[in-house]
Amino acid sequence: MDKEWNVVIKPKTGWFDLKLKELWQYRDLIFMFLKRNFNSAYKQTILGPLWFLITPLLSSSMHTLVFGTIANISTDGVPQFLFYLCSNTAWAYFSACLTSTSSTFTGNAGLFGKVYFPRLVTPVTSVIYSLLSFVIHLILLAVAMAIFAMRGTVIIPGVSVILLPVLVLQMALLGLGVGIIISSVTTKYRDLSILVGFGVHLWMYITPVVYPISQAASISGTISKLVMLNPVAPIVNNFRYIILGCGEFSYGYWGISWIVTVVVLFIGILIFNRVEKTFMDTV
Amino acid sequence: MRETMIEIDNVTKTYRLGTIGGGTLKGDIQSFWARVRHKDDPNLRIGEKAYKKNEKFTALDGVSFDVKKGETIGLIGRNGAGKSTLLKLLSRVTAPTAGEIRIKGKISSMLEVGTGFHPELTGRENVYLNGAILGMSRKEVDERIEDIIEFSECRQFIDTPVKRYSSGMFVKLAFSVAAHLNSDIMLMDEVLAVGDMAFQKKCIEKMVSVARDEGKTIIYVSHNMQTIRQLCSRCIVLDKGKVVFNGEVEDAINVYLKNDEITAKIFNDFTDCHKYDFLTDKVIMDSLEVLDKETCHFKDDEKIRFKLKFHANEDVPKLSFRMMVHNNDQMITATSVCYNFMSCKKGESYERVFEMDVSTLSNGLYKVIPVLFELDELGKVVDADGVYPGLLFEYEHTTPILWRTKLYGDTVLPDMICEE
Repeated sequence: MDKEWNVVIKPKTGWFDLKLKELWQYRDLIFMFLKRNFNSAYKQTILGPLWFLITPLLSSSMHTLVFGTIANISTDGVPQFLFYLCSNTAWAYFSACLTSTSSTFTGNAGLFGKVYFPRLVTPVTSVIYSLLSFVIHLILLAVAMAIFAMRGTVIIPGVSVILLPVLVLQMALLGLGVGIIISSVTTKYRDLSILVGFGVHLWMYITPVVYPISQAASISGTISKLVMLNPVAPIVNNFRYIILGCGEFSYGYWGISWIVTVVVLFIGILIFNRVEKTFMDTV
Repeated sequence: MRETMIEIDNVTKTYRLGTIGGGTLKGDIQSFWARVRHKDDPNLRIGEKAYKKNEKFTALDGVSFDVKKGETIGLIGRNGAGKSTLLKLLSRVTAPTAGEIRIKGKISSMLEVGTGFHPELTGRENVYLNGAILGMSRKEVDERIEDIIEFSECRQFIDTPVKRYSSGMFVKLAFSVAAHLNSDIMLMDEVLAVGDMAFQKKCIEKMVSVARDEGKTIIYVSHNMQTIRQLCSRCIVLDKGKVVFNGEVEDAINVYLKNDEITAKIFNDFTDCHKYDFLTDKVIMDSLEVLDKETCHFKDDEKIRFKLKFHANEDVPKLSFRMMVHNNDQMITATSVCYNFMSCKKGESYERVFEMDVSTLSNGLYKVIPVLFELDELGKVVDADGVYPGLLFEYEHTTPILWRTKLYGDTVLPDMICEE
């Protein structure tokens, strides 16, 4: 009997009714949202998509000035600018995934209140869209490395660079997981949405973005261990290793980081799935 | 027997009354801690009723009905009857508290025109975006894009960002996308009221043809009885979350319109009536009583004779009286006036008998607003007192042909004379 109905609306669904297949059916919508985000992002700006280049260049220059020149933090022998540009590339992607998905429900309440589509479409779109600026970042990094090479500092990524997609995927999944947990909780409690802004900023400092992990280890072994337990830390560290070859590739902590990622994402999707059905009544 | 497309089975939706949590985690913990210690909730405003946990508002209460393929169902009811809640449940924006809804086929909802339109994108881009949001694939939009642009009458502006559109163009384009959806079931919430009269007519014709020719199923919510009549094949009347009527359109409209109306009475007392601010109150009507009749049912050339009792608060040299006749859809149909029939002295009470000829009305139930007024020096009408509805009556006009009010109108003009 149930077979002939293609939609059955019930008060509650099982915890594991994740409808990932439906997400695939709506891939055109993901594509349209991506196009919308891209087309509308820099409309009515003079520099337009150039902003994709300006932001990372400015922030990396600023980091070079503040942390490299003024604070004189070690960069494991890599040119400071490349070090910061590389760290920023990784961190910016992760934080973009997190912040953009964390406002999924509150930011789209108007749309969600009017029409149905799998709600997961929006955070997934955000994560894919952030990939665009990540790729531009990466190209910028390659160009910078080429310029440095011409001026004598030759850095060529090793074979381990094939791990890059794995790291990118992990950042996306972790950012998505944390983001959708926050977005689900903010449907009822708005406190977290305030926290997100500077929380991400604080998180950056407990992640080896503006310093190499060796710097933390040189102060105290415990601190470096604690820092590496932060799931993003091994990602950024390994990301820098495979591109610039600086520091050491960490296996153990990366493994822990993957476990955390999977658990967080899983919990995230479960909560999200739970909340999406009735969030319109509480938002 | 046609296929059942939607089965709504005993659906209930309740909302919690009062605030939903404190809005902050701190507030919730405070409230929780207070409850544990049996103290007053610090987050309740003074004098606010403390809602117990199980105090709820039932927006929908055990609603059940089926919808067959190709039917156009009109959903009517007063504000707060649960129409929009039901549409929200059907479009899966929120989930029911109890019961089940089973749907066959693809469903798309138009609870608002232009959902997800982005102002910076061009008309064409928005068609694709909106189509995708409403569940169309890129290929399906490709196939229909020409029809959509043609229908929207916006071809000239299709590659301009929609933020430059006039609001009329915007809704026209938005409606066009929705009208060309390929879903089997469409949910619509008063969205037809878009654009100018010509476009509205076009919209309704399109919807009718969609329902009739393409065999689509439509659920339509509206307060406009005219469009309900044009569009729907069956009507469901909701009241306080319950289905009170399910059947013929005309009967449903009658059920709905009578819901909040007083019944037709011979004697109408006006002492406790709601009065509008703009009335001068120089004279006040007390009652209106229909004479020579036992019911307010009139036929053919029967005249309505009635006695109006009123009293004057001020001197009025020339008093006039008019009866404004509204049809069952609350639309003004006709007015009968009695000019300068008397003068009034302050403090006096009066009663006068009037005779009104209603033979140019067609069949139906009518509501009358009696108004006492005077004409100022410039000939402007100044209303002294009026009551809505002051009188309800039913009128039956026997014509040689079956008078179809919907087509021919509320007024039956005197028969034409053919000159030899």
